Amino acid sequence: MTLLPTTLQTPRSKLRLYWSMTKSLQTGLLLSTGLAGYISARCPVVHWTTLAGLTASLFLAIAGSTILNMWYDRDIDMKMTRTCSRPLASGQVTPSEALRLGLALAILGVGLAATMSPLYGLVVFAGLFFDVVVYTMWLKRRTCWSIIWGGVAGGMPILAGRALGVGSIDITGFLLSLSVLFWIPTHIMTFSMRNYDDYQAAGIPTFPSTYGFTLTRVALAISSLLAAITIGVAGMLIGMEWGYLRLLVVMSAGLLMLAVASVFRPSERVNFGLFKYASLYMLTSMLMLAMEAL
Amino acid sequence: MKFSILNRVLLLASSLLAAYQIAVGIDDLEAVPQVCYTIGFGVLLVSCLLLLILGYEVLDSQVVVVVATSIPLSISLGMVWEYLPAIRVPYLVFALAGFVAVLITRDFAAGRPATLVLVVVHGIAGLVIFILPVYLSLSGRVNPGFILVGIGGGLIGLGGLLLSFLKMGKPVLPHETILNLLPGLLLAMTAAFVAGFNLG
Repeated sequence: MTLLPTTLQTPRSKLRLYWSMTKSLQTGLLLSTGLAGYISARCPVVHWTTLAGLTASLFLAIAGSTILNMWYDRDIDMKMTRTCSRPLASGQVTPSEALRLGLALAILGVGLAATMSPLYGLVVFAGLFFDVVVYTMWLKRRTCWSIIWGGVAGGMPILAGRALGVGSIDITGFLLSLSVLFWIPTHIMTFSMRNYDDYQAAGIPTFPSTYGFTLTRVALAISSLLAAITIGVAGMLIGMEWGYLRLLVVMSAGLLMLAVASVFRPSERVNFGLFKYASLYMLTSMLMLAMEAL
Repeated sequence: MKFSILNRVLLLASSLLAAYQIAVGIDDLEAVPQVCYTIGFGVLLVSCLLLLILGYEVLDSQVVVVVATSIPLSISLGMVWEYLPAIRVPYLVFALAGFVAVLITRDFAAGRPATLVLVVVHGIAGLVIFILPVYLSLSGRVNPGFILVGIGGGLIGLGGLLLSFLKMGKPVLPHETILNLLPGLLLAMTAAFVAGFNLG
């Protein structure tokens, strides 16, 4: 890949770089949780203006916090094979440019959210704060337990969507948020096992480097089980029909089977399968929550 | 060997059809058939997703034979429970014992005993899914569309045996041909089951 100095980039190539900094797949997955949280409230979902506002504000806030994380972690990204070609780490985007972009998107996102509903705005802001300040700036380089806070931040979009739908923070919203919190370790731990050397090179404490692979896999299996239980209970509280619950049970069984296989028959293939399946699991669960309410 | 785009689309379509059947296709049944069909279509759904995620490599696992057997066993048990009440319990015993036998012989009795157990268990379950819908349709006990389940049964029997013999190192067709046929076979089978159960 030929790297152009930042002054020679066309607006189109600049936009492409900015887009890649938003981690569109991850942002899209978190956005889908927020939309599912909102739709699960069975509010009249044909309020297209509210739905559009929710989508825009969540996208801006999540993309903004992702870029701010990337800005703060640029020194780590340079040391890791997987991330060294990212726009900031490779020098295609300057740090001040990334900071400005991240702050602008985050302020726009939280601002829009706050104008739609103060409570919704507060939860979106909490997600941004937990993700950027608590997880990335404060804990990520100090302890492997930082993923708990990463999980709390990851659970905020669905809680925000639900809060916007029902007008308060209810037990269902709390459970939905908890399900994402329990799901996050499955995603992050499989990832940190897969990229173990990279994280070691960057000096980031991870569960595998602190407690070993075996204990990490056990933690991962327990976390998957808890995610499946909480999302199932939340589904029942929402009033999910039996058919969708059946499908949720099947998808959860697949997740648990892979998690258990990773404990008793560990291999790179099972680990990769669990990592990918976990993302698919979250996406399909959110789709089911949404379809059920529509 | 990697999946072609077409094969990926076929697998995705199979997953969606299986998911549809689990979510909306079996709502009005008794508890036991509902559980059986959920297991059958559920295993099918998760298998298609794992094939999509991990590619053909997933077929290297010994679990494939057990999975390939559990689908016809659970679906045939559901059908027997629904349509042949007189032999519910004996067939339930056969299904459970057959599943355990396949599971055990994978680990402890490779070779001829494993092959024999597999052929008997898979063969009987496949025949039930193939013959029962044809008989029920022709005798007028169910709508003619139910015959499609029998076609699905024929396809699952074919696919299961192809996979099982491949896993045992005695492929009936060349290795690559079987792998290329698999996604299309899975979709045809799932579509036949879903259409048959909904039209029947």
